[in-house]
Amino acid sequence: MSLQPIKFYQTGTFTVGNRLLDESRRTVQANMRRTNSLNSGHRACQGCGEALGARYAIDAAMQATGSRLIAANATGCLEVFSTPYPETSWQIPWMHSLFGNAASVATGIAAALKVKGRQDVRVIAQGGDGGTTDIGFACLSGMFERNDDVLYICYDNEAYMNTGVQRSSATPPAARTATTPAAGAHPGNIFGTGKNVPLIAMAHRIPYVATASVANLHDLEAKVKKAMAIHGARYIHIHVPCPLGWGSHPSDTLKVARLAVESGLFPLFEAEHGEITTSLPLRKKAPVEAYLKLQKRFSHLFGEKPDRDTIAMIQAIADRNIEKFGLDSP
Amino acid sequence: MFQVRIHGRGGQGVVTGAEMLSVAAFLEGKHSQAFPSFGSERMGAPVVAFCRISDHEIRLREPVMEPDALIVQDPTLLHQVDLFSGLSKSGFILVNSGKSFAELGLESLLHTYPINRLATLPATEIALKHIGRPLPNSALLGGFSALSGEIGIDALLQAIGDKFRGKTGMDNKDAANAAFHLVQEKMHHAATA
Amino acid sequence: MLQQLEGSRAIAQGIALCKPEVVCAYPITPQTHIVEALAEMVRTGELANCEFINVESEFAALSVAIGASAAGARSYTATASQGLLYMCEAVYNAAGLGLPIVMTIGNRAIGAPINIWNDHSDSMAMRDAGWIQLYAETNQEALDLHIQAFKLAEALSCPVMVCVDGFILTHAYERIEIPDKRDVDAFLPPYDPVQVLDCNDPVSIGAMVGPEAFAEVKYLQHRKQLRALELIPEIAAAFSARFKRDSGGLVKPYRLEGAETIVVALGSMNGTIKDVIDEMRSEGHAMGSIAIVSFRPFPLDEVRAALVGAKRIVILEKSLSVGLGGPLSDGVRKSLSGTGIKGHTVIAGLGGRAITRKSLMALFVKAEKDELELLDFLDLDRDIVNGQLEREKETRRSGPVAENVLKSIGTVASRIA
Repeated sequence: MSLQPIKFYQTGTFTVGNRLLDESRRTVQANMRRTNSLNSGHRACQGCGEALGARYAIDAAMQATGSRLIAANATGCLEVFSTPYPETSWQIPWMHSLFGNAASVATGIAAALKVKGRQDVRVIAQGGDGGTTDIGFACLSGMFERNDDVLYICYDNEAYMNTGVQRSSATPPAARTATTPAAGAHPGNIFGTGKNVPLIAMAHRIPYVATASVANLHDLEAKVKKAMAIHGARYIHIHVPCPLGWGSHPSDTLKVARLAVESGLFPLFEAEHGEITTSLPLRKKAPVEAYLKLQKRFSHLFGEKPDRDTIAMIQAIADRNIEKFGLDSP
Repeated sequence: MFQVRIHGRGGQGVVTGAEMLSVAAFLEGKHSQAFPSFGSERMGAPVVAFCRISDHEIRLREPVMEPDALIVQDPTLLHQVDLFSGLSKSGFILVNSGKSFAELGLESLLHTYPINRLATLPATEIALKHIGRPLPNSALLGGFSALSGEIGIDALLQAIGDKFRGKTGMDNKDAANAAFHLVQEKMHHAATA
Repeated sequence: MLQQLEGSRAIAQGIALCKPEVVCAYPITPQTHIVEALAEMVRTGELANCEFINVESEFAALSVAIGASAAGARSYTATASQGLLYMCEAVYNAAGLGLPIVMTIGNRAIGAPINIWNDHSDSMAMRDAGWIQLYAETNQEALDLHIQAFKLAEALSCPVMVCVDGFILTHAYERIEIPDKRDVDAFLPPYDPVQVLDCNDPVSIGAMVGPEAFAEVKYLQHRKQLRALELIPEIAAAFSARFKRDSGGLVKPYRLEGAETIVVALGSMNGTIKDVIDEMRSEGHAMGSIAIVSFRPFPLDEVRAALVGAKRIVILEKSLSVGLGGPLSDGVRKSLSGTGIKGHTVIAGLGGRAITRKSLMALFVKAEKDELELLDFLDLDRDIVNGQLEREKETRRSGPVAENVLKSIGTVASRIA
């Protein structure tokens, strides 16, 4: 009788906090000396994907830059919950100006650092989908076009959450928001609308574009670190579930984020100068239904008479992504 | 205070002409002010530019309503725009044309204004000859210098040289000089006739 | 060094002497020549250690300046009219954050109807934003005020807009003394920020402030401007001592001795007004004028002191507070509170209409005879206005107003003024 090999789960796995891995393969979050730049005490909702994403991203950037980082933040959830006057949870130099100008403010900070001979200090602009894909779009495009030395991070929770869950150009089709209510002949957000900012960023041929998800911390950190090793305009688009706006359970945030990736609805890829360089194949595929079912913003598609047609249309979007980005495992 | 009004069309260097005139006056130690009547920039549209010259600080900011001198860079404006509006009775008139005032249909002017203050000058032809382009402003300023004596030819040539460098500068100065001498001659003939 | 050059170029040279570190701008008539000159100076190296950024909108322009200023760089931008309105959100933001940005406004009318010519409606639209507003009478003063502006802005941590009449000043060639570099360096020390984004000393800038503290923050903003009322004359005096000429200050009086009628105005029209006053004085009229340089903060005490001896005041405004009258008049009348002196608002020069000696003389004579309304419009063509009113009475679909009025005027290009 041959001996069964025994697997010790803690060693060798890529779980987020695993400290039994070789140090070079550990996440930044697993490091006790992580900067914790978005410190605890902020006022985010329970299970907030954005708070998670921001902490992951900024800590990774701080490690990559030796803690020489300045951030410009757009108005939105992240800005509001992180700086309730008179407190702040930011441990880095941080500035909030307006809703639509984070990219421009970052350009200005980068210019000031350049003129003062301090280009070792790096600049991040960050905002939600509203501040990035809609009202901040012009400034974002301008920053890209000039190839300013700024990394722009968009935390995409697919609606204007801070103001009460209104539709943005990042809201997916069929999703219910306060301004695309689940009522009438075509409940939820309209098909055929929406903006894919990562692809638009690629069209500017900037040095680096990537999508990431809070469900895959190793991947997210690697992408942020890679971005910080590059100079010029860079863009990272992070998918962050919002339990309040999506109507998902706070404890399901990572599960929902993972299903978004596994269904193909949120492909993870990288691009440089307008060409896709990597895309993360799906080890496990999930039907879109598994993802949609966990969120009340899609509940009108289910129930006694499920809207099979609409679900099929969403599945078609996922299938198209899998094909376009080559997500099927070889 | 001496006030000049220059009429022309967009693209003919009307504004540059007024500016060079003001620089020439400055080089002679005077106060001067030059500015265009601002229209949407468009080639071929009627353009007016103004220049004031004075021994004292110029505080006035209105367009030149009562010019002491009129320079007409484009004769096609003559019967279209009220160019002579406000012109002083002892005013100078310099028209860019090879024709005479009578031939231009401006006979009446010869009766209203002192004849030794009127001149036509083929400035475009002079410009084509010396610069190779139909930009008559430098030539007209040379003619104006001779006609009015309000600015000296040396200061004018220096102002032209400040504005246009290299060969363009030389050519424009040649045009101004040629026009200056031509008008001087014309006036001499008219005086001795 | 004394030079004959375009106002815009002179202003650009003045700004370059202030050693700005970040210059950003979006093109709009009539400020273009200023930023073009700066772009050239940066390229040739004449203006060294300066990042020049071509932005995609005015909103971006001021936003870039906001980021740069917060990071400790001396920052500058310029705009006018529609551009100023487009960056309006950022204008309030810069003031609220206390960033010492200096911005040139090439004063231009605001549409609709679209108009590229000079009036004060643009800077007036931003009068409550918290910026200091200084109005230049000549191009020399425009240049000088920019140098004073940086010093003032950085002393107070408050942004300053220097208002320069579009076209009338920006595009006029005149005789200007370009200051010596060493004098400017001695007058204007390097920018030493009160707050700065610094990795060694991190701060969060731009907090949300609720009802518990907002009033206090705004009050401190107001106090800052009141402090400027003291600082502006100090800086003007220091400027005068170093550069040997008077420029700026709060209010500039002209022939007020025994003046019964005093004219009040902002900007370049004060030059024409002075000429008219000289002429009328030589004919025995008791006329005088004041040019207000600092419109914000409004120098209530200084204006009152200057006007209190007059019988009547004529406030010439290049902007219209639609539905009320004149924004300059608000401050002037407030300064005359309780004196019983009559103030007449005359709206003039809107959309670039020339303000002529002839019209002013007739106006002032009328004023002396107490024949002016409380609100009047200089050189308004009543026939055209009445024509349009008739048209509107006759038919509901009377068409676009601007087009109708233009049709009544006929060929525009044949007019001199």
